[in-house]
Amino acid sequence: MSAAIHTSTRPTWRQNIAHALTAAVLTAVVVTPIFGLHLERAGMRTVIQQNWSTVAWACLLVFVVQMLRPLLSSSSMRLPRFQLPAIPARQRSIWIAAALLLAVAWPFFAGRNAVDIATLAMIYVMLGLGLNVVVGFAGLLDLGFVGFYAVGAYTYALLFHWAGWSFWEALPLAGAAAALFGFVLGFPVLRLRGDYLAIVTLGFGEIIRLLLVNLTDWTGGPDGISSIPKPSVFGLELARSPSVEGGTTFHQFFGLEFNSMHMVIFLYLMALALAVATLWISNRLIRMPIGRAWEALREDEIACRSLGLNPMKIKLSAFTLGAMFAGFGGAFFAARQGIVNPESFTFIESALILAIVVLGGMGSQLGVILAAILLTVLPELAREFAEYRMLIFGLVMILMMVWRPQGLLPMQRHQVEVK
Amino acid sequence: MSELLPQLVQQLFNGLSLGAIYALIAIGYTMVYGIIGMINFAHGEIYMIGAYAGLVTLAAIGTQSGLPVAVVIGLMLLMAVLVTGVYGFVVEQVAYKPVRNGPRLVALISAIGMSIFLQNWVALGQGARDMAVPSLLPGALRFGAEDGFEIFVPYTRVLIIAVTVVLMIALTLYIKHSRMGRASRACSQDMHMAGLLGIDVNRVISFTFILGAMLAAVGGVLIALAVGKLNPFIGFIVGVKAFTAAVLGGIGSIPGAMLGGVLLGVAETFAAAYISSEYKDIVAFGLLVLILLFRPTGLLGKPEVEKV
Repeated sequence: MSAAIHTSTRPTWRQNIAHALTAAVLTAVVVTPIFGLHLERAGMRTVIQQNWSTVAWACLLVFVVQMLRPLLSSSSMRLPRFQLPAIPARQRSIWIAAALLLAVAWPFFAGRNAVDIATLAMIYVMLGLGLNVVVGFAGLLDLGFVGFYAVGAYTYALLFHWAGWSFWEALPLAGAAAALFGFVLGFPVLRLRGDYLAIVTLGFGEIIRLLLVNLTDWTGGPDGISSIPKPSVFGLELARSPSVEGGTTFHQFFGLEFNSMHMVIFLYLMALALAVATLWISNRLIRMPIGRAWEALREDEIACRSLGLNPMKIKLSAFTLGAMFAGFGGAFFAARQGIVNPESFTFIESALILAIVVLGGMGSQLGVILAAILLTVLPELAREFAEYRMLIFGLVMILMMVWRPQGLLPMQRHQVEVK
Repeated sequence: MSELLPQLVQQLFNGLSLGAIYALIAIGYTMVYGIIGMINFAHGEIYMIGAYAGLVTLAAIGTQSGLPVAVVIGLMLLMAVLVTGVYGFVVEQVAYKPVRNGPRLVALISAIGMSIFLQNWVALGQGARDMAVPSLLPGALRFGAEDGFEIFVPYTRVLIIAVTVVLMIALTLYIKHSRMGRASRACSQDMHMAGLLGIDVNRVISFTFILGAMLAAVGGVLIALAVGKLNPFIGFIVGVKAFTAAVLGGIGSIPGAMLGGVLLGVAETFAAAYISSEYKDIVAFGLLVLILLFRPTGLLGKPEVEKV
C-alpha cells in the first residue's frame, strides 16, 4: 500500500522512461504527416519529400522534456506572481503625469517607423481596453468584437465616400453606430450562457464581415473603400498643398517647413489621446455602481439576480460600451490606413484582441496595456520569425491558460484591510 | 414543372452529402460537450489534419500504384484515422486536461489557442497554399429524363453518403452496447458519480476525443476527394458550421448531431441554389443565432437545469 502511494507521488525511473517513450512515439505520429512527409508539387503530380531529421529532433526534445519533468517539481514550475509595488495615492498622480509626458514627448525624437508601430500599439491598447470592459469586467466572452471595429471603420469610410464627411464629423457617429450595433445585437443574445454567447458573437462578427464582402454596391465588396482622408488639425490639413482652393495647410499656418513626419506624429498623438480617453473612461466606469454591478455579475449571476440586479441591463451596458470603444478605434483605423476592406476584420483579429485581454489579465487595465504593446511591438522586432508569429501566438494562448490563467499582471481586487 | 422536381432532387443530394460531412464532425463536438461541457474549438482543425494525412498517404502510394481504388481510399482513411486519433488524444492532454477544472472561459480560450496553433502548424509544415488532391473516383451517377434535367451525383458524393451512413449505424450500436460506450453515456449523465462507481473518467474523456477526431478525419478525407483541393484553413469555417449542426440537433445528443448535420447541409445547399451562393455562410450563421435564441436546447436536446 505504501509503495502505491509512493509511486503516485513520484514515478519510478522505469515508469518515467515508459512515459517518456510513449510521449516520443506520439510526437512522431503527430509530427510525421505534417513535417516529416512534405508534399511537393512536381508538374501534375504531388510527390513527397522526406524530412526525417525534424521528426527525430522533435521526438528527442519531447523525450528529454518528459524525462526531466518529475525533476522540475510543481512548485518550481509555477511562475512567480508579481505584486505591483503599491504607490501612495499622492505619488500616483506624479507617476501618471510623468508617464504621459514621456508618451507625448518621445515621438519628436524617434524614427518614423517606431512612431508608426507605436500608433498601431495604441490602437490595440484602445481595442484591448474596450474588450476588457466586456470580457474582463462583465465576464462576457465576446468573439465577435472585430465586428464592431468594422462597423466603426466602415461608418467613417461610408460617410466620407457617400456624403463627404470629414474624420472629426464622423468620429462620434462611428462610436454611436458601433454602440447601436452592440445594443441591437446584444439585446437578443445576452440571455445565453457563457460559451453559447461566445459562439453567437463569433457568428455575428462573421455575418458583419460577410455582409461587407457581399453588399458590393454599398461597401465596395472585397476591395473596400480607398483614399479615405486623414484627420485634420482643427481644420488645418497636414499635407504639402491644400486639397481645396484657398485652404491653409498646417505647415503654412505655423510657418514651418513641410515635413511628412508631422502627420505620423499627429496620428500617434491622436491614437494616444483616444487610448488615454478609453483608459480614463473605463477606469471611472468600474468605480461607478454600474462597474460594480459588472463585477458582481461576472462573479455570480444567480446571486446577482437574487439581490435584485437586472442581469440583462447590466450585460447590455457592458456590451454596448465595449462596442462603442471598438467603433472609435475603427474610425481611427480607417483614417490611418486610408483604406478599409473586409480582410482587416477577420476572426483572427478578434482572437488577437482577446489574446491581449487574456494575456494582460482579464480585468487588469495595466496588464491589458502592457499586453497590447507587447503583442504589437514584439512581432515587429522579430520580423525574421514572421512565419512563426501566429504559431507562437496560439501556443502562448494555450500556455498562459495552463500556467497562468490570471494573466501577466492580474487584476487586483479592491479591498479594505482593517488594521 | 418538368425541371423543378429533378432540380430539387439534385439539390437534395448535394445537401445530403454536405450534411453528412457536417454530421461526422458534429458528433465530435456533441460528445465532448456532453461529457466535459466545453466547446472543442480545435475540432475543425482536426478535420483539416485528417484531410492532410489522407493526402500524404495518397502521395506516398502514388496514383499509378495499380492498387484497386477501394484499397487506396481504405488506406487513406486508415492512416487519417490513426493520425488524427493521436492528435485528438494529444490535444486533450496538452491543452484541455490541465484546465478542465478551471472556469469555462479558460478552457474555451485554450481551445481557441489550439485552433490557431494547429492551423499555423500545418501551414508551416505543408505550406499555406491550396494543395490539389488527385481525383480517384471520376465519373458520376446520372439519371433522369433524356430531354429534361439530368440528375448528376458524383461517385465521391455517393461515397460520402454511404460511408457516413455505415459509420453512424456502427457508432450508434457501439455507444449503445459496448462497455466503453456505456461508460461514456454514464459520464455524460454525471461524471462525478460515474467516477465514484469505478469508471476511469480520464480514459472516457480521452476516448471521446479520439473517437470524435477519427470521425472528423473520415469527413476530411472524403471531402478532400470530392472537392479536389485543401489548405490549412479549411477547418475553421467547417468547424463552426458543424458546431451549428450540433447545436441545431441538441448539443450532447448523438442522434441530434446527425440530424442537425443533415438539416444544416440541406438548408445551406438550398440557400445557395435558390437565394445566392454568396449568402450560404450567412444562412448557416443566421441559423445558428436563431436556434440559440429560440430553442437553445436544439431539436433533440434536453433542457439544462441551472444548479446553484
